[in-house]
Amino acid sequence: MDYLLSESQVMIRDLARKIAQEKIKPVAAHYDESEEFAWPVMKILAESDLFGVYLPEQYGGLGGGILDMCLVTEELSRACGGIALGYAGTGLGTLPILLHGSEEQKKKYLPAIASGKRLAAFCITEAEAGSDAGSIKTTARKEGNKYILNGTKQWITNAGEAEIYTVIALTDKAKGVRGASAFIVEKGTKGMEFGKKEKKMGIRASATREVIFTDCEVPAENLISREGMGFIVAMKTLDTSRPGVAAQAVGIAQGALDCALDYSRTRVQFGQPISSFQAIQHMLADMGTQIEAARALAYSVARMVDSGAKSVSKESAMAKLFASDVAMKVAVDAVQIMGGYGYMRDYPAEKFMRDAKITQIYEGTNQIQRNVVAANMIKETLKK
Amino acid sequence: MNIIVCIKQVPNTTDVRIDPVTNTLIRDGVESVINPFDAYAIEEAVRIKERCGGKVTAITMGPPQAENALKEAIGLGCDEGVLVSDRKFAGSDTWATSYTLACAIEKLETYDVILCGKQASDGDTAQVGPGISTHLDIPQVTYVKKISEINEKSAKVERMTEEGYDVVETPLPCLFTVVKEINTPRMPSLKGMMRAKSAKIIKWTAADLEADPAALGLDGSPTRVVKIFTPEPRKGGEMISGSPAEVAKELAELLKGEVV
Ligand SMILES: Cc1cc2nc3c(=O)[nH]c(=O)nc-3n(C[C@H](O)[C@H](O)[C@H](O)COP(=O)(O)OP(=O)(O)OC[C@H]3O[C@@H](n4cnc5c(N)ncnc54)[C@H](O)[C@@H]3O)c2cc1C
Repeated sequence: MDYLLSESQVMIRDLARKIAQEKIKPVAAHYDESEEFAWPVMKILAESDLFGVYLPEQYGGLGGGILDMCLVTEELSRACGGIALGYAGTGLGTLPILLHGSEEQKKKYLPAIASGKRLAAFCITEAEAGSDAGSIKTTARKEGNKYILNGTKQWITNAGEAEIYTVIALTDKAKGVRGASAFIVEKGTKGMEFGKKEKKMGIRASATREVIFTDCEVPAENLISREGMGFIVAMKTLDTSRPGVAAQAVGIAQGALDCALDYSRTRVQFGQPISSFQAIQHMLADMGTQIEAARALAYSVARMVDSGAKSVSKESAMAKLFASDVAMKVAVDAVQIMGGYGYMRDYPAEKFMRDAKITQIYEGTNQIQRNVVAANMIKETLKK
Repeated sequence: MNIIVCIKQVPNTTDVRIDPVTNTLIRDGVESVINPFDAYAIEEAVRIKERCGGKVTAITMGPPQAENALKEAIGLGCDEGVLVSDRKFAGSDTWATSYTLACAIEKLETYDVILCGKQASDGDTAQVGPGISTHLDIPQVTYVKKISEINEKSAKVERMTEEGYDVVETPLPCLFTVVKEINTPRMPSLKGMMRAKSAKIIKWTAADLEADPAALGLDGSPTRVVKIFTPEPRKGGEMISGSPAEVAKELAELLKGEVV
């Protein structure tokens, strides 16, 4: 399908595809098995300027938008959803600075992110604050010209690997979510530590760790926006980044379909390739159709974000939830088409299935996305 | 440091087809790419620039569409591209080609290092690099697998041989042809590709080069391709079996019979 991408978007997509197919696909199984963080691949992405596609030119980026970021994430995920998350997680950690940071903060942090020299991470989740992000307990107490952070963030993507962390913490416990604020914390700050690396079902090349703050002193100038804006910063960040999760899901689904389609043409049973059986053909047709629908929705919402639309909560929730449900279904079907071989780790189908699952969970579970979509729909009827 | 890298556009296939009548390559419908060996030369040129500073000029002799290869080279880190193109160059053999490229290189202000791939994947002669250094009357080191030291005046390199490698020290300017072992070429960068898109390629014709017209193209080519063919695969040898003593005896008889 022709999505009328601009000339530079086609260039970005083709380069991301080339890197994914030539440099990531051959090592995806290795990193899945070893659970190492794929630094050599991050270096290639950095040198190819892919980390800067969505960042403004004055900060060393290429001046594109979320659609450009989605194109990269999709292509990388088609080869490995875990390695792709090193890239996409950096985007998530960067958005608070890009969307709400001051000129000084942007000048200080964005160029190193655009060049891929430093990765980023976004920290909101805690042991008792998952879907209910409003019940976070991490605090930031102001003392003179600094804030003192205390608390533990959990399941933070890129934690330990990234250099720049955007953290949501309470500056005024009494005010609840209205008392939350966003901070930039650099790796190496005294009082900031990382927990052990989590062992996961999928996206195992991605690093997930706790980020632990114990009387961690952060300069006051690292406050993003104003005190009390933390929750708004977080919600706006997630609204903007969710098309990226959709793109990751589309990429994973496409990768799963690629391998099932190839396999179906070479696997012979009952004297013919299994792709000649209508039961298989219909599965392939549904998979292809669902992926294209998910991609169309993800790109449309990314374009809506890039157009500067005021509220994209409903649409970006729709894109994330639809694409991730498609990814899960397509990946399960890919394994089914490949039969016992699909279940074996010798083929990438089972990995796509394990990787697909996370897209239904993080950046808000799909139940929460449905809550958001429905709440917005109902609100819209009230306005009429 | 002024670094020059000579590149060639070749058909993107290992299975090149040959026109049985003209004995030339069939290029129609085959995508053109930078000669794979030249990709290592480009990467090494860019690395020398990163180490020592300076400028990398990519240069190619070829049809007008070879401009794309130069743009790709700029996307990979080269600073500028020179396309040497003229109908008068048609039919050049390796001697005429290296003469033409040497004329173009002399027209550039100065140069310290010239890099070439060890050979082109279509002709496989490995002659153009050494030919250029001969025409320019500068030293050459072929099959370089590592540039260990390099400064404005000299370089120390490792030259691959069948048994191992030689360590060679040479004054600059010098021409090096490089082998695959020398590096892993990087992926193109978006900024490089954007720069390439708007980059202006310098284009020179035979007249611009002030070359001796008799030394160009078919007229300047002392060699002719008489025939290109795929050699018959070698037939399997003859197996002799038995005890070592019997085998040795039979082999000796056979060799005597063949009068080796
Ligand atoms: C691999 C991985 C990486 C992550 N990376 C990051 C990161 O980089 N930064 C970060 O801040 N967080 C990160 N997270 C956290 C992630 O966003 C949360 O796991 C997610 O939001 C869900 O929270 P929870 O796991 O606590 O589930 P819970 O909130 O406990 O939910 C459990 C179940 O209850 C359902 N549920 C909960 N509330 C409702 C409701 N109101 N209505 C209907 N159903 C409901 C959920 O849908 C789910 O099915 C990551 C998580 C994982 C697993």
